[in-house]
Amino acid sequence: MNEIALALPAHPADLAHAMRAGKNLEGPQATLRSVVPEKISVRNLSFFYGENQALHDVSVPLYERQVTAFIGPSGCGKSTLLRVLNRIYDLYPNQRAEGEVLLDGENILAPAQDAILLRARVGMVFQKPTPFPLSIYENVAFGVRLHQRLPRSELEGRVESALRRAALWNEVKDKLNAGGQSLSGGQQQRLCIARTIAVQPEVILLDEPCSALDPISTAKIEELVSELKDDYTIVLVTHNMQQAARVSDRTAFMYLGTLIEFDRTARIFTSPRDRRTQDYITGRFG
Amino acid sequence: MTEHTVKAFDQELQDLVGKIAEMGRLAEKQIAGAISALSAHDTELARRVIAADARLDVMQRDVEELAILTLARRQPMAVDLREIVGALRLANALERIGDYAKNIAKRLLASEPDTAPAAAVQSLKNMADLVLTALRNVLDAFVRRDLSLALSVWRGDKAIDAAYSSLFRALLTYMMEDSRNILPCTHLLFCAKHIERIGDHATNIAETVYYVVQGVPLMEERPRGEVFGAV
Repeated sequence: MNEIALALPAHPADLAHAMRAGKNLEGPQATLRSVVPEKISVRNLSFFYGENQALHDVSVPLYERQVTAFIGPSGCGKSTLLRVLNRIYDLYPNQRAEGEVLLDGENILAPAQDAILLRARVGMVFQKPTPFPLSIYENVAFGVRLHQRLPRSELEGRVESALRRAALWNEVKDKLNAGGQSLSGGQQQRLCIARTIAVQPEVILLDEPCSALDPISTAKIEELVSELKDDYTIVLVTHNMQQAARVSDRTAFMYLGTLIEFDRTARIFTSPRDRRTQDYITGRFG
Repeated sequence: MTEHTVKAFDQELQDLVGKIAEMGRLAEKQIAGAISALSAHDTELARRVIAADARLDVMQRDVEELAILTLARRQPMAVDLREIVGALRLANALERIGDYAKNIAKRLLASEPDTAPAAAVQSLKNMADLVLTALRNVLDAFVRRDLSLALSVWRGDKAIDAAYSSLFRALLTYMMEDSRNILPCTHLLFCAKHIERIGDHATNIAETVYYVVQGVPLMEERPRGEVFGAV
């Protein structure tokens, strides 16, 4: 009796959610302990750039409040997959997705889905820091204004808390009116993360967030990611395998538009099941 | 296995395996030397065995240095990571095995010639032969990544345990028969225990080989021989 009680998720809502989500990739040994709800379920997803198929029948769960890393050589489709998760591909003609992407059980690829609302729930941070040519304060407030009308004091609170969560507040609190582009590369990236957080999303997509950063800024972003996962489901695309190994809970390896292997990160980097995964992560590829 | 894009990494891994193989050959030579010295009461050979042990210590430090440097330089993953961790474990085990050989040689220097029962010395030699074969095989298994050879060594430790128990009983009998046997037989008993421990290290190495190749620990319960009295 006690054992069963101990194995239950800490919060009853988690258990209920887990029961609803119903499935889990951990195999028959899975106990209640390892039932983590899927925040996003990618099911049989294919993606096309015009005639070119970039994703082939990809199915993968993204567990709630975990970091899932996508790794793979250039052109393997990992960034494409990320672009589907908030439908940013909608902005371009001739790009289309087939299959399902369920966010809390609802298919975000359905035509009825409001893309603006979706992007408020699923935020994204890009490879190169993309601060707007506005002040630091306005950079963070910008996204909030897009989605909500808040009284000034509440907006200020929201900006401050986002900057604090992005571990940037202490560095910028005395110069909120300075231009966002005056910050260093690492600070700019944290500013972009603050802008994403300010909208209060549920999922954060990070597309190579550290590839343009020095090691210290990279460490700060990684530390931030491990703090943010207490509240958000995080999807990280990275070329840096050590980074995937350090910060993620699950890792997916993609190659030529297909998902080759998905497993616990510890497993992927110590004893992957697929030969192609092993060749890639050990530097034996091609 | 296909090569790394970075060729120098392949070279470092090959160097590690090469150093382990060299340590293995020296450890085998040390055991064989110690046992020969014991059976012929060759004190000169025993002194050479004792002196040569320092070489194994140096080689172990070499392996550690290269392994740590490779970890720092390449941040290895998966099979490469396991191989380097495996090399570290093997270097430790082989250094320890060298210590046992040295201790056998030291016991010889502390004992009188021709006092131990010849049959018991012969049994000890036979047991040492079993252990030497196991060690040679398991080191081959490491170099060649031969899982079935590693598993056969792992399962074969039972025979070594049985030989140790049987020798233990025989030595007790000699000592009960004639109290003058007590000193030489006690020395032999310690030597037998050292050899039995070397056998255990060989099974540990087999487990390491299994982990390096398979990526998961060997979970099966190992068959153990009956161990009589003290272990």
